[in-house]
Amino acid sequence: MTDFITQDQGPLIPRNRALHPAPYDPGYKTSVSRSPSLPLLSMESSLSEETGPTFGHNKFGALDNNLILNWSKGAAPAVGERILVHGRVVDENNRPVPNTLVEIWQANAGGRYRHKKDTYFAPLDPNFGGCGRTITDENGYYEFLTIRPGAYPWPNRGNDWRPMHIHVAIYGHSFGQRLISQMYFEGDPLIDHCPIAATIKDRAQLDRLVAPLDFAKSRPLDFLAYKFDIVLRGRRQTMFENKMEGM
Amino acid sequence: MVQKLDTLQETPSQTAGPYVHIGLMPTYAGNAGYYDEEIGISPLAGDVAGEVIEVVGSVYDGTAWAMRDALIESWQCDAKGVFPGHEGADPNFTGHCRFAANAENGEFTLRTVKPGAYKGRGGVENAPHISLWIVARGINIGLNTRIYFEDEDNDSDPLLNRIEQHPRVQTLIAKKTGYGKYRFDIRLQGEGETVFLDL
Ligand SMILES: [Fe+2]
Repeated sequence: MTDFITQDQGPLIPRNRALHPAPYDPGYKTSVSRSPSLPLLSMESSLSEETGPTFGHNKFGALDNNLILNWSKGAAPAVGERILVHGRVVDENNRPVPNTLVEIWQANAGGRYRHKKDTYFAPLDPNFGGCGRTITDENGYYEFLTIRPGAYPWPNRGNDWRPMHIHVAIYGHSFGQRLISQMYFEGDPLIDHCPIAATIKDRAQLDRLVAPLDFAKSRPLDFLAYKFDIVLRGRRQTMFENKMEGM
Repeated sequence: MVQKLDTLQETPSQTAGPYVHIGLMPTYAGNAGYYDEEIGISPLAGDVAGEVIEVVGSVYDGTAWAMRDALIESWQCDAKGVFPGHEGADPNFTGHCRFAANAENGEFTLRTVKPGAYKGRGGVENAPHISLWIVARGINIGLNTRIYFEDEDNDSDPLLNRIEQHPRVQTLIAKKTGYGKYRFDIRLQGEGETVFLDL
């Protein structure tokens, strides 16, 4: 655990916001009135951002990372193409982020969410809830067993569809590392048509959210696998961090 | 070609979307009982030291409409200014809460302990504050801000003192509305726009 502690010292590396979507993007209409118009206040991180909640293993159920079975409590499997989603959480210094919370949520195989606000007429699957959570292991690895979500239409421009995607929320070890993103699937033609994916202007950046098919992790006659690695903010690590003020 | 750097780049953000609640607050989304123990229901895990307070507010979009779908997470130190996990922290306080705008009227309520002041790097005193992270459909990258309190001494706080336009400081200060009760509204855009942070 020594490395875990050392890794978590020092100020956070300032976020490179050029890598992220701009808050205001008229192609994604809802962002127009939900984006700050004044600049953010940038400062060095403080204890409030360099600390964060921890989530013990004891709070987790055995099926929490198995979306095929967790809604029915193991009684009956969800409908859909069975997939394993796995990957590694590391920080910008390429160190694993162990013991961190990874949460996902997604539509069912027909593209419908089990959410009181989702009124799409694709049916709910009685055996699919659509959310899961896990804690990364000591090397930062995580795994989920789920079904491939369906694409779904959404009100934006005249005929917009979301590509197949899984929403991912990651904590890291500090509040300043908090990140929400989405995982897309290799080869999905809808990625190129999606205004939300297109909020990321640099194609190489967007490709970092596209999970490749991973035959090495696929289990014959059972499930296909997709790999999705995640990079969180890291800490500035120099020999001069503890110097006296002004020296 | 110059040498290559060893550092990686952060994974880009995407909006949390309209259904973020099923992932982070299943009970709120109508899926009660999904998990044995839901995360972030309350930062109070027992009898806590200090004053328990309630902060009520709304998240307004650029048209002054109270958003019905905003989800907020909070993180803070305990009443003595110690962060959970650090030596001497209140064992009954987790520091972390998840709460959401009410689907009917857009109002949120955060019930927590009033945080203490703490000394940061170089011994600088930080006034009591709660850190917030706000996500919703249409928010492409989570928005960070802080709640300070009007009945605390905020004069030497390093963050508030960095805000050039003094009237904007007020956007980060919760107003006392009663015993242990505060009002804190968040305005994403336009008149009275909240100061959002990049820390
Ligand atoms: Fe979605």
